[in-house]
Amino acid sequence: MNQPGRFATLTVNGRAIAATGDPARRLSDFLREEAGLRGTKSGCDAGDCGACTVIADGAAVCACLMPVGRLAGARVTTVEGLADAPGEAGTLSRLQSAFLRHGAAQCGICTPGMLTAAAALLAKKPRPTEAEAEVALGGVLCRCTGYRKILAAVCDAWREDVPEAPLAPGAAVGARVRRLDGVPKVTGADRFGADEWPEGALLLKAVRSPHFHAGFHFGDISAWKAARPGVAAIFTAADIPGRNRFGVIPAFADQPALAEGTARLRGEAVALVAFEPGAEPDLTDFPVTWQPLPYLLDPAEAEAEGAQLVHQGRPGNHLITGRVRRGDAAAALAASTHVVQGSMETAFVEHAYIEPEAGSAWMEGEVLCIRACTQAPVMDRDETAAILGLPPERVRVLPTAVGGGFGSKLDVSLQPLLGLAVLKTGRPARMVYTRAESMTSTTKRHPARITAQIGCDADGHVTALSFDGLFDTGAYASWGPTVANRVPVHATGPYRTPAVLARARAIHTHGPSGGAFRGFGVPQAALAQETLYDQLADLAGIDRLEFRLRNAFVEGDATATGQVLHGTGIHDCLTALAPHWTRALAEAAAANAAPGHLRRGVGVASCWYGCGNTSLPNPSTIRLGLTPEGTLVLHQGAMDIGQGANTVITQICADALGLPVEAFTLVGPDTFLTPDAGKTSASRQTYVSGRAAQAAGAALRAQILRLAGLNGAASLRLEAAAVVVEGETSHRVDLAALPPNPHGYALMAEETYDPPTAPLDADGQGTPYAVYGYGAQMVELEVDTELGTVRLLKITAAHDLGRVINPTLAEGQTEGGIAQGIGLALMEEYIPGRTENLHDYLIPTIGDVPPIESLLIERADPEGPFGAKGLGEHVLIPTAPAILNAVRHATGVTITRVPLLPHRLRAAILAKGAP
Amino acid sequence: MTEATSDYARPTALPEALALLAAGPRTVLAGGTDLYPATQAQRLAGPLLDITALDGLAGITAGPDGLRIGAGTTWTALAEADLPPALVALQQAARLVGGRQIQNAGTLGGNLCNASPAADGVPPLLVLGAEVELASVRGVRRLPLERFVLGVRKTALAADELLTAVHIPAAALAGRSAFVKLGARAYLVISIAMVAVRIVAERGQVVEAALAVGACSAVARRLPAVEAALVGAPLSEVAARITEAEVAAALSPIADIRGTADYRLEAACVLLRRAVTQALPVEEPA
Repeated sequence: MNQPGRFATLTVNGRAIAATGDPARRLSDFLREEAGLRGTKSGCDAGDCGACTVIADGAAVCACLMPVGRLAGARVTTVEGLADAPGEAGTLSRLQSAFLRHGAAQCGICTPGMLTAAAALLAKKPRPTEAEAEVALGGVLCRCTGYRKILAAVCDAWREDVPEAPLAPGAAVGARVRRLDGVPKVTGADRFGADEWPEGALLLKAVRSPHFHAGFHFGDISAWKAARPGVAAIFTAADIPGRNRFGVIPAFADQPALAEGTARLRGEAVALVAFEPGAEPDLTDFPVTWQPLPYLLDPAEAEAEGAQLVHQGRPGNHLITGRVRRGDAAAALAASTHVVQGSMETAFVEHAYIEPEAGSAWMEGEVLCIRACTQAPVMDRDETAAILGLPPERVRVLPTAVGGGFGSKLDVSLQPLLGLAVLKTGRPARMVYTRAESMTSTTKRHPARITAQIGCDADGHVTALSFDGLFDTGAYASWGPTVANRVPVHATGPYRTPAVLARARAIHTHGPSGGAFRGFGVPQAALAQETLYDQLADLAGIDRLEFRLRNAFVEGDATATGQVLHGTGIHDCLTALAPHWTRALAEAAAANAAPGHLRRGVGVASCWYGCGNTSLPNPSTIRLGLTPEGTLVLHQGAMDIGQGANTVITQICADALGLPVEAFTLVGPDTFLTPDAGKTSASRQTYVSGRAAQAAGAALRAQILRLAGLNGAASLRLEAAAVVVEGETSHRVDLAALPPNPHGYALMAEETYDPPTAPLDADGQGTPYAVYGYGAQMVELEVDTELGTVRLLKITAAHDLGRVINPTLAEGQTEGGIAQGIGLALMEEYIPGRTENLHDYLIPTIGDVPPIESLLIERADPEGPFGAKGLGEHVLIPTAPAILNAVRHATGVTITRVPLLPHRLRAAILAKGAP
Repeated sequence: MTEATSDYARPTALPEALALLAAGPRTVLAGGTDLYPATQAQRLAGPLLDITALDGLAGITAGPDGLRIGAGTTWTALAEADLPPALVALQQAARLVGGRQIQNAGTLGGNLCNASPAADGVPPLLVLGAEVELASVRGVRRLPLERFVLGVRKTALAADELLTAVHIPAAALAGRSAFVKLGARAYLVISIAMVAVRIVAERGQVVEAALAVGACSAVARRLPAVEAALVGAPLSEVAARITEAEVAAALSPIADIRGTADYRLEAACVLLRRAVTQALPVEEPA
């Protein structure tokens, strides 16, 4: 029955395509590899994520589950076929325009699947209800948006789009500017890690350990290769020319790009196989022999006396302890009128971005070019160069669009492997992780076991906190030190706490490496602190919101590190929630008046979060130039991983310069073209890179005004090869007449900003961050006490952004962070060896995120650009504790472990003696 | 290197399909929603028999003996069909399998042949007394569903057989049914537990009750003792007559990441009570 050659003709986006090759090939693979339609994304190859959704004969289907041979004669529509007149500017469909208008696309990786699923619905139901839209999109996962803006866009897609009106100069900050990089995200034209590769690229596959801990040795690799003509090359640790150790914090670098004799982590790469283009990348019978070794998965066992060591030289498997001590917490607790103590246990949480790690690499002369998804291009360059024994200037990192990061794409993954293969073969190469590879081999949120005590006086003023956290940092250091240092600083929450003893230690196991994940350990700490606050408020007989208001930081208060705060918005956030709180409590009480198994509850929790590195330099540099032809170029190196840096940084720069956002052309990020704007992490880009962009805009403006002989309130206008400056008089700055600088610019400004912080001493005293952001969220929910399930009804989120640069993007960040907080609270638990896919590892779907009301508070920060603060991580922190507090309010049950899976909540309800 | 091509056949006539199955081992491919996720490769290894073009394999037909549901009927087709109230449970289940994309591709027959303990199609068919129709070059045979699904990923299907249809006997089309599924999120749920019930009532009393629970044993099960306890019950007492002890006696749940065994037993009982309540009030026959 072999059917070589052409076997089917299908019509894709109105064009007839002859299918050749294997009829049993996934349609997704055919569309991407053969038809060149790479707008269809592959997120899981299992029908779990829906990113590959296409419309086949009118029905939305997962292209990854469909043999291409079945589609003979069928009509297939992909995202590329959704525009009213594909390929031409200005002809987006109403659905696509609605996605842009509503900010429904963040990173954009789920967007093609969302759009096609929605288009299949709209073809039958042009004006769907929200419930109908929800059902139609229930099979597409999104990790960025929290789904609410997607729902709004689909329900609003019947409306004709009204293009954005141009903004007056200086009015960009605060405006709902549509994402500047949005159009390619809704047409399918955006290029992610897996979407581009040089002609003839080798396809790389890693051989990975199936064991938590194992010794290994290779058999006859040459014979295995010789028997397989499709194998071009094989690499092991012995082939690595440089230092086979990497790690985001150089002092702790401990992870090999390819393991050397021992694998410490399930999923660790031990060998790399390069396949010829078109060859089946089959690793069957690869000659490696494993000797499984005893392993540690429990951090308490790992730090116990006599435990085996994951790394020699780290006794007790102890990586690091962070500590903050202020006053005498023990004495203050002993003297407190009320004291509560409790514990909290959290699980590994997987980032579960819909884009698995992917990229390609090639040589350009002596330069190794790496094009991959990342949050930290310059760190990638430096780490890859060190592993490959190259000077950093011989490595060029050209990031792709990033289909979600949330912290995990700060660490290198496939970059050194791509580089190794290209350097050794001289040929281009590409690599795409499978979902399982992505989940097993990359970092996770640290599981935490926290115990804490908090006291207050008779008036409900908090007196002291004692906090001890054990964080499972897994096999390799990654961001373990950052978590250990950041947690004690934030352990009090945004509340005055005169006496504090807070410690967090990171302990190695053979579990997945604990890395960076939105919040760096602070969400775990807030779960402990904020749930204890509810108990303390009850003991003191004070309303839970009032208790928080009574203790919330205000201007001039000192933190546990002794830092005096300015631009402190937590009191404003809690105050903004007050009317909602009163309403919600009344509604819950009314609903609970009748007996039954459905119990309503309301909970509140706060957050604060220091923006940028903890007491370490983290400068950003932004370059802005005007070409002799009059093109305004912004070298924007802050990775936009969906959060909106491309748009926000430009808005800030535009207002500092005094030209409209539309005048800007963006370049980068690219380590050869853009100065280093640091990593997209720690909620630092709006603040730190924003400050650099503001300075660059102001500096260029000053140069222009100087040339025009004007100052102050003059307005700028770009004309052909000139800037027209109008003040009391009008001047024309002729750009073509100015000698271009080495970068080719007639005028250029380049500015660097580094947050002013100070080191922490042995007691954690000092100024770890220059800017903090604040927030508080209120959760309304309903518990089914018979089944232990939780239904969220509404979340009201008040966040202090200092200055809102872009309300649509800010709401999008808030809703997306809340969705991840919901996952943390209710369903997400990564179990190595067991939940390495997106159907056993559950993340929230479109039906799990309730309506969200965002209250954007502006308590300007003296340090932030136009007063702005970071937001990205803050928004996740209060959600989970507010959910637990609402569950306690509904049921009386105190929860000490997340995720609160139904069986756990039911067991807790039973243990309390409820029916 | 030449590109590997699998042996892929997509016949339109049943005899041709059966002849292929008789000629040697061949993986039957329907919706693909279970086969493709089981491999990391970009193609399915052959030999394959794609049955989605077979004449008469999809669709629902009514006859004097009851209903015949073609094995290739998709979940969406089931959900959108005009069916008697006894099949509401099956239709509700069809809307809770995966997302829309899965419902548009996945088939009832595939769900049964895949034999997952959490197969959503099984409990609603068990309460309908369904039989499966198995065809091969040797002929056609029918088996009660209970004797077809034998264990985890284990069925009575012979290597040369194709599941061609599910039959619902006319007698089982009486009454009303309901399906309730429990999971830890709203969509794309793999069941912690699920139940289907069908209740026939006359003059305010239950005259026939069929209850089935899935994901609480290797194969979804009917609960004869509980059913017997319901017969004769006034409608207001139906839910209360479902006792945890009798439900537990019929099931053997495992503890896994989605729930403990005790929780599953308790939840199954709660879900059954809710499902019978949802299926009531039962319309009196004219």
